[in-house]
Order: sequence, then structure tokens, then C-alpha cells
Amino acid sequence: MVDQERLEFLRQKAQLVRKHIVQMVTEANSGHPGGSLSAADLLTALYFQVMRINPEKPDWPERDRFILSKGHASPVLYAVLAERGYFPVEELSTFRKINSRLQGHPDMKKLPGVEMSTGSLGQGLSVANGMALAGKLDNLDYRVYVLLGDGEIEEGQVWEAAMTSAHYKLDNLIAVVDYNGLQIDGPVSEVMNPGPLQEKWRAFGWHVFTIDGHDFKEILATLEAAREIKGKPVMIIANTIKGKGVSFMENKVEWHGTVPSKEQFEQAISDLS
Amino acid sequence: MAEKMATRDAYGDILAQLGEENEKIVVLDADLSKSTKTVVFAKKFPHRFFNMGIAEGDMLGTAAGLAAAGKIPFASTFAVFATGRAFDQIRNSIAYPRLNVKIAATHAGLTVGEDGGSHQAVEDIAIMRAIPGMVVIVPADGVSTKALVTAAVNYQGPVYIRLGRPAVPLLYKEDEEFVIGKAKELRDGKDFTIVAAGIMVAKALEAAEILAAEGIRTRVLDMHTIKPLDEEALERAARETGGIVTVEEHSVIGGLGSAVAEFVAETHPVPVIRVGIQDVFGESGKPDELLEKYGLTVEKIVEAVKRLKNNTAAGL
Ligand SMILES: Cc1ncc(C[n+]2csc(CCOP(=O)(O)OP(=O)(O)O)c2C)c(N)n1
Ligand SMILES: [Mg+2]
Repeated sequence: MVDQERLEFLRQKAQLVRKHIVQMVTEANSGHPGGSLSAADLLTALYFQVMRINPEKPDWPERDRFILSKGHASPVLYAVLAERGYFPVEELSTFRKINSRLQGHPDMKKLPGVEMSTGSLGQGLSVANGMALAGKLDNLDYRVYVLLGDGEIEEGQVWEAAMTSAHYKLDNLIAVVDYNGLQIDGPVSEVMNPGPLQEKWRAFGWHVFTIDGHDFKEILATLEAAREIKGKPVMIIANTIKGKGVSFMENKVEWHGTVPSKEQFEQAISDLS
Repeated sequence: MAEKMATRDAYGDILAQLGEENEKIVVLDADLSKSTKTVVFAKKFPHRFFNMGIAEGDMLGTAAGLAAAGKIPFASTFAVFATGRAFDQIRNSIAYPRLNVKIAATHAGLTVGEDGGSHQAVEDIAIMRAIPGMVVIVPADGVSTKALVTAAVNYQGPVYIRLGRPAVPLLYKEDEEFVIGKAKELRDGKDFTIVAAGIMVAKALEAAEILAAEGIRTRVLDMHTIKPLDEEALERAARETGGIVTVEEHSVIGGLGSAVAEFVAETHPVPVIRVGIQDVFGESGKPDELLEKYGLTVEKIVEAVKRLKNNTAAGL
């Protein structure tokens, strides 16, 4: 278990990541703040506490992998990668601009630390399965983490992949659903309800945890418990708040892909300070 | 009668052989391993074979992940499903990140036969050719299939290999060498060039024989790699023979004929006639009956060359 001090460090890091997110989207005048903010604590926990990685050696074969299947949340990934030292923090200001390595959606060919190019929703779990299968074949003990959106899992391919993970007993795979309850056209429960999530994933042969995706203690404890599950893939359903941390964005469907005005930007930064 | 072998059978054999030499090769199939012939590999290397069930999108996505972790995955299913059902996965999870996945799709074209139009890919080359960076290979016989599958293993990047169902004549000697992107000149001639791919290469050779008896000397190119095209060979064909007939078991839209016409139009414009499927779907029937009905015959190739001759003589 981590101590209070470390928890505080992680909380502060996540707030800094959130500031980067708001700043990047504002500067680019484009991008997706809502689903980036909801995943900030999860990614901070993974990259700053849980994953076995070395930013100096992004191609290290034994590294843990993370796939941002909901690729539109690229700002949160870029912010975390930059803070973790994969590239200079200043480069965040190039997000979505011409000639930037920080493409609108993550591009593994351009930016070190990005494990998979994503953007077309529904594909990341299949790719994660492939990496997990390769790890087993090679007798490498790395883990593969993948973050899915709760709207994203409406894609049929996700459930094809869910069968695959269980069929091949991929206990080196840990998936997380960012259960923020919203997609673009409205609440997931109204657009196309993917629930009941726990029952579905369990029925597909997964070990399921449900957590508060903003509580570092719970996130870390669950990620630790997940490593002990053998013979099955693990799904963590993380209850989150879309737009988390920015008062006027929280739980608001319109902040999926809207850019803050100057005043809103200042409000957001003060909310996060 | 020449010895015959289906290109899918050649694929199954060589894949199992390559699996011995190269540990990195893994194979995925979507419940069609007996038809695609990946079953040969599966029996020999069960731990490196993944049956993905009837889930083509997931299969291609998983292949991407395996490639990202250093494997050389071959993913097989029928051409209709590989390029249709899994297009977005091929585009976004394989080609866009330029991952080293080999898509070996069988049962392409009309010669699927009795299964009918739902199963006969007539547009798969067009779809794959349009994806940036995708290599597209259409072997003509068993020997070239083996050589080109081997070449695909040694090539770093995504490759689409189009294979067929029926047994077709062997055109090459066992030790013939093949290079991706380098056409084979099977017959020289100065009058016209027939550029063919896949099972139509054998028919192009027959047509050339008939034409020769009538004093028309055609060059025959086996354009086994449709992308990247052998531009050098094509440019020379245009320059030296002045007219081209393309022949393919695929729609005339977007396939070999399109590729050739696009290229010569911009470099050395000469008349091009495309023999292929005329913007229609196939149907049930025996492979030979279908080839006959849809105009993929030796006679049609001969006719096309003569039409080219008359057109050029008339200054058209
Ligand atoms: C295949 C595909 N269809 C549609 C889109 C457009 N799109 C981008 S984000 C999004 C909604 C995603 O909702 P969710 O998965 O809940 O993400 P989050 O709430 O975490 O932002 C959609 C439909 C896409 N990127 N990919
Ligand atoms: Mg959502």
C-alpha cells in the first residue's frame, strides 16, 4: 500500500494533468476535454505508480503496455506521457497542430510511449489481446492495460474481443471501462445502454471489479488485486465523472468535444488549482 | 496437361514450412482454417495458431497487437470477409500504424463457385490498393504463391495476399525467384502487351499463343504485385508495344486494370483495354462456367487484343 504522502503526490499530479488537458484543448481550439478529464486519475495511477515502464527505453520488450482504446482522450495520454518524461512538457502546446507529433488521436509511429494508434473506437481490446498473447508466447511477464469508453463498448468488436480474452485466459490483461455515463449524443443509458456492465463482463468470462475511478486508494488497491487473478482477464469498471475537476464541465454531455472560451479557461484553471 | 495446385494449398504448405524456420510467425483464422489451409500450420504449431472464431474484425485487431509485440502474424479468412468485414481494423489498426501483419485472403473472385455472389470478392483488390502503404500481391500459381508468401515474411509492413480456391496450372519451375513489385515477363512480343494477374495469367499465355499463330506477337506480364506496380516494366511495355490489355479475376474498377491505366495515362499514354468483371456481382455456378459467363476467357483476351489492334490501326 502507498502512504499518504504518495497519495497526495498522485492527486496533485492528476490535477496538473487536468490543467494540461484544459490548456491543450484551449490552445488547439479543438479536442475532447470531457473524457480526458474523467480518465486523468486512472492514467496517473497507471503511469506514476503501477506500470513497469522506462521512459528512456520506450521500446523495452518487457515493459507494461497501455492502450488508449478511446483515442479521442489523447490529451490525457499526452499530458501523462509528458509529465512522465517521454517528451518535453512544452511540446504539449503543439497538440493538433501541423507537423506535431501530438496528433488529434494517438499515433504510435510519431510519439514515443504511444503503444497503439487509436481513434476508430472499439479496436483497442483486440489489439491488447494480441499483445497479451505475444507476451505469453514469449514468456514475458509484462501486463497489458487498456482503457475503454462506456460508449465505445457499444461496438460489436469489443464483445468479440471480450470472448477472445477469456477464451485464451489472458490474465496478463487488465481492461478498464471509463464509466462516465456519457457519450456524444447523450447519456449512454439513453443512446444505447451497454449495461448491466458487471453481469455482462462476468458472463463473458471476466473477473470484474467496480471502483470509484477518482479514488486513488481504491484504484491502486484494485490494480494490485487485479494482478492476483489467475486464468482470467480482469475488467475494472471505473465509475467516473465526465469533465471531472472542472466545475462547469462535470457531467455535462456538451463538454465531450467543446473548447472552453477565455473566461471558461480561466475558471477551469482556478477550479483545478 | 500441366500439373495443378490451388494457390490456397500452396499457401497452407509454405506457411507450415516457414513456421519451422521462423519462430515469429503466428497464424490466425476465423473458423475457416480448413478452407484457407491454415489448418496445416495449426496442426504443426498449435501453440502459435489462434482460432478467433467468426469474428474477423477482432482477428485483424488481434493480429495488429501481435505484430506490435514483434510477431509476424498471418491472418486468413475469405477475401470478402477480410476486406469487407474487417476493413476499418485493417485501415486503422494495421495500415495506419504500419504494423507487420500479413493478410492472406483465400476464395477471391468468381472461382469460389457454388457459394455464389455473397462469397465472391470482386472488389477486394480495389479496397486494399486504396489503403496507403498496403502491398497487394496476387499470385498466379502455386510456385509463385510459395515464393511470394516467403517474400512477404521478409518484407516489413502490411501485405495483402489474394489467393484462390480452385486448382490452377503450375506456370513456374520450383526454383523460380520472385521479388515483390517486380513483374515476370513470361513471353516477349513487340505488338501488344497483356498484363495479367492471378489465375488469369495462364489464360493470357494461352491467348498469346493463339494470337502468335495469327501473327500478333504479344508480350505477357505476370503482374503478381499490384501494389507497388512494376512501373519500369509497364513503362517499357507501353513504349515498346504501344497498347495494353489487362486481365484480372476482379472488377475492372479499382483493380489491376485501373492501376495499369492510371499509370500509363500519366507516363506513356497508350490504349488500354481492361478484361475483367464488368461492375457486377457474381453468382452460383461452377468456376469455369462463371469465368465463361463473366467474360474471363482466353477468347475474350484474344478478342480484346484484336480490338486493340483494330483501334490502333484506325488511329483511335
Ligand atoms: C468507430 C467510431 N465511431 C464513432 C466515433 C466518433 N466518436 C468519438 S468519441 C465518441 C463517443 C465516445 O463515448 P465514450 O466511449 O463514452 O467516451 P468518453 O465518454 O469517455 O469520452 C464517438 C461516437 C469514433 N471515433 N469511432
Ligand atoms: Mg463515456
